[in-house]
Amino acid sequence: MPKLVFIEANGAEHVVEAQADLSAMEVAVRFNINGIDGDCGGQAACATCHVFVDRPWMERVGKPSEHEVQMLELAEGAADNSRLACQVIVTPELDGLVLHMPAAQF
Amino acid sequence: MASQSAEKLEHDKLAIEDIDVSDPTIFQKNRQGPIFARLRAEDPVHYCRESRYGPYWSVTRYQDIIAVDSNHQVFSSANATSLDETRAKGRGPNATPVGGFLGMDPPEHDTQRKIVSPALAPANLARFEHLIRERTRNALAGLPIGEEFDWAQTVSVELTMMMLATLLGVPFDERKQLKRWSDVIAGVPGDGVVESWEQRDSELKEMTRAFLTLRETRRMEEPSSDLLSMLAHSPVAQNMSDLEFASNVSILVVGGNDTTRNSMSAGILAFHDHPDQWAKLKANPALVDSAVPEIIRWHTPIMSQGRRATQDHELGGKVIRKGDKVMMWYVSGNRDESAIPDAGQFIIDRARPRQHLSFGFGIHRCLGNRLAEMQLRIFLEEILANDWARIEVTEPVGYALSSSVRGINRLRVRIHA
Ligand code: HEM
Ligand code: FES
Repeated sequence: MPKLVFIEANGAEHVVEAQADLSAMEVAVRFNINGIDGDCGGQAACATCHVFVDRPWMERVGKPSEHEVQMLELAEGAADNSRLACQVIVTPELDGLVLHMPAAQF
Repeated sequence: MASQSAEKLEHDKLAIEDIDVSDPTIFQKNRQGPIFARLRAEDPVHYCRESRYGPYWSVTRYQDIIAVDSNHQVFSSANATSLDETRAKGRGPNATPVGGFLGMDPPEHDTQRKIVSPALAPANLARFEHLIRERTRNALAGLPIGEEFDWAQTVSVELTMMMLATLLGVPFDERKQLKRWSDVIAGVPGDGVVESWEQRDSELKEMTRAFLTLRETRRMEEPSSDLLSMLAHSPVAQNMSDLEFASNVSILVVGGNDTTRNSMSAGILAFHDHPDQWAKLKANPALVDSAVPEIIRWHTPIMSQGRRATQDHELGGKVIRKGDKVMMWYVSGNRDESAIPDAGQFIIDRARPRQHLSFGFGIHRCLGNRLAEMQLRIFLEEILANDWARIEVTEPVGYALSSSVRGINRLRVRIHA
């Protein structure tokens, strides 16, 4: 199983074995990782799963859709490496992916 | 008129196409449950040809509501968020608009939302937590034990006005005025708050003047973390017209007042109606974290929001036409068993308590959701700290005459030590 690394704003690291085909949000919720709420259940409609993709991974993770960009626009502290974790699907190619979490989510 | 609405309450007997949920008496009498259950089952995307507000669609299922709410390209908020659009626009050429960016589409919406959002960000809220807790504690400490009193006015109104005055940085003794403005903004003639559109507008103009004066004062002072100061000093906000400025402050006033106030009363009522859940909470105060979103789901302080279709669009097998008015009934989606297990039950230890519709979804998702949750969390924590046996609701509860705000104006209670 691919590994995902979630790093909290305070530096706390969570390394988890992620099931492929789940979204990174679903993985975080299953492992009870604090700070990824996923209130809308993964429909890119709440932005409570905002993460920053570790820069070296940006290309492999890919770009957000236009709709996702609009939600990200309104997320607190969004940057060019922001993604909604619910729109990032875990694949074998993403083994080792590092995602940084914002200090707080709306 | 009266007999007509009495007839309308016989919804079970109506042909499905005659169901009109815009009738505010339904909600005043708390009879919406079975009507929406029927719509969800038989006609989840429902067209009402004729109502006091004209024709409109009702979207009643959880998933369909998310679909509408997160599709702002097709479903516009511009002059479309209420059934009665006069509320946002006012009446007459010089009427004062309320609702700010809540009633706008991108790009204006995004620009203005971004100006306000830092003030409501969790990091800024943390600065207010201590003060809110202290004031909540003081308000609860003065309550009579074993005697009947009105919790809605004595506690819920007082606490939320205090909170809002703190957040906006409005002088503490002007907080009663904030409640009046909140009621007026949400008000329509004949609801017991305002007599006419003219009277409402003149009070709104007074409110606008008061906010503009406060902005002037703030501009001369050093920047601080309160909202008016943030707005007064924001370079982007300089481009807002006076009316836009006041209109945006007005959504913070209603947004942050009614909703949280009614959630506080609703929480007391829910624990009275469900003594097993109260016992569970007392035994395990850590459940406050999941009890808070459950109260907000259970009550659904804003029952509905409207949109207008910008193009023809298919939803649930129906074709919504360009220009049609569409109402999302959060109060119905929050009872949708296909999305929320045991949706008809009040359960304070749900696995995913924050999966509910009460804050809306998409770009207009409530900006004050963390603030509301924080206020309610402190409220419950401080109630538990008093270690009362229970809070008994002593009279049947009346709800406000509205299909939008689920208001509890009176809640007679007795605290048992
Ligand atoms: C339990 C309490 C609350 C509930 C249930 C609630 C509900 C909602 C809902 C349903 C919307 C979406 C409206 C739409 O999509 O048309 C909304 C928007 C909004 N709320 Fe709240 N609200 C609450 C508390 C607050 C508080 C405390 C504040 C701030 C002081 C606030 C400020 C706002 C603002 C500014 C918007 C507009 C967001 C936008 O259009 O982008 N709300 N709220
Ligand atoms: S879970 Fe709601 S946007 Fe990702």
